[in-house]
Amino acid sequence: MFPSRFDYKSPTSLEEAISLLAANEDAKVLAGGQSLIPMMKLRFAAPAVLVDINNIPGLDGHGAQSDGSYRIGALVRHADLEKSSTLGDHQPTIAAAAPLVADPIVRTRGTFVGSVCHADPQGDWASCMVALGGSIVAQGPNGRRTIAVDEFVSGPFQTVLAADEIAVEAVIPPASGTRKGGYLKLERRVGDFATAGVALSLEMSGSTVAKAGIGLTGVGSSTISATEASAVLVGSSLDDATIAAAAEAAAAATSPRSDHRGSADYKRHIVATFVRRLLAQHQPVEAKVA
Amino acid sequence: MTLFEEVPVTTTDDIPVRRVEMRVNGETRAANIEPRLLLAHLIRNGLQLTGTHTGCDTTNCGACTVLFDGQPVKSCTVFAVQADGHDITTVEGLATASELHPIQEGFKDEHGLQCGFCTPGMMLSAKALLDENPNPTEDEVRWALSGNLCRCTGYQNIVKAVLWAAEKMRGGAPADASADDGGDA
Ligand SMILES: Cc1cc2nc3c(=O)[nH]c(=O)nc-3n(C[C@H](O)[C@H](O)[C@H](O)COP(=O)(O)OP(=O)(O)OC[C@H]3O[C@@H](n4cnc5c(N)ncnc54)[C@H](O)[C@@H]3O)c2cc1C
Ligand code: FES
Ligand code: FES
Repeated sequence: MFPSRFDYKSPTSLEEAISLLAANEDAKVLAGGQSLIPMMKLRFAAPAVLVDINNIPGLDGHGAQSDGSYRIGALVRHADLEKSSTLGDHQPTIAAAAPLVADPIVRTRGTFVGSVCHADPQGDWASCMVALGGSIVAQGPNGRRTIAVDEFVSGPFQTVLAADEIAVEAVIPPASGTRKGGYLKLERRVGDFATAGVALSLEMSGSTVAKAGIGLTGVGSSTISATEASAVLVGSSLDDATIAAAAEAAAAATSPRSDHRGSADYKRHIVATFVRRLLAQHQPVEAKVA
Repeated sequence: MTLFEEVPVTTTDDIPVRRVEMRVNGETRAANIEPRLLLAHLIRNGLQLTGTHTGCDTTNCGACTVLFDGQPVKSCTVFAVQADGHDITTVEGLATASELHPIQEGFKDEHGLQCGFCTPGMMLSAKALLDENPNPTEDEVRWALSGNLCRCTGYQNIVKAVLWAAEKMRGGAPADASADDGGDA
């Protein structure tokens, strides 16, 4: 299989890339290509021009900033996050998800930001972004704007990015307390998309939850933010009753479809189980005894 | 001749053909190509390095794995133009004229292949692992190879082959595991 003809541009600056996008109708950004190239080979996508951003310097860094936020540049690959020795100290949710995205070979090319731009309801990174309240920084001809992830993704495989905008980085806001969290994913085999996945983010003030976020993968027509489940957690010390209530609320927030990966009931059950397991990992010792 | 029997040079479109230059197995190779040409096709049809296999052609199997600046990539899912200026290693780059690479020896000694279709991709994923981690555990080997599918071996002997190679590359004398042969692979 091979794609339809397209013209290929390999700009070496963001400004150049943006003017190429602005000047060419039907142009698309090429990042890791691990979603776009398969779609082009199947002719589900047939852009006239590809603007390859891989040769633009300065987009491949990730790290904690002085204001406590965490930034992930547009060319940070899944494998960069998986192999990072410092990510886990700052971003446990992202560190837990990184080894579970696709397979090791796809991970050397595919990017975090590209995955969020692809807006696949089965995408693992969008759930992490939703749980963490992250945003995307987009740059266009008129400068930069910051877009919260729940506004950024406007539907399955759709975002609010303008045709001449490039997502330059993802930003995770600073935590108001100690950051905890994790990611659990059920997959039929390595490299498969999630049957169901749960991203959890907790910001703890001592043994009390100050802020919580839960993102759900693969159990609806888009990434789900389980806001009611998160609200149940805030102010609690993760006692058993709270955990049970949160698991139930998260399962209630899903709208899974029965398919080759499992029945709707099964997926709902997995979500509840994963929420319970993730929260139990962060239960303060007193709550466990109580 | 169909498009990919040789590296195509299109003259019919307004899409310019690009001249690319890359190092393949240490040698500089140049080609005039259409942007839509996949790296797997350039390698197999243009450069006639047919050790790189295409299995699924849908980014799932890893048979087409080559090293791109030392990192394993699925060459059916990278455009050849993207390799301009980069370093590509295919399975043909592993052995020298007179000697097999220890990974190849390992596959031979430990019976790490049956039909051999997945083998080039397996060996390149293994090479990327051993370059980064010369002393991997069995789990780490399985993890690193988890993007490469094999329909024949049951993986057992592939994992043994990579551990064998790791030991040899560290300078040890790999143990003769022939006692385990004839298992349920
Ligand atoms: C076998 C296989 C298994 C996979 N399994 C999983 C999985 O389990 N979980 C998962 O989450 N994903 C999975 N993926 C998808 C993978 O994670 C992709 O890497 C990711 O979805 C897209 O990132 P990319 O950098 O490859 O983007 P590309 O393929 O380059 O681009 C995807 C889309 O986003 C746009 N885009 C990309 N970057 C930008 C940018 N900076 N600015 C503006 N637009 C941009 C492109 O124009 C395109 O429309 C899998 C892919 C494969 C092939
Ligand atoms: S042929 Fe490239 S992944 Fe199967
Ligand atoms: S040896 Fe036949 S597919 Fe692996």
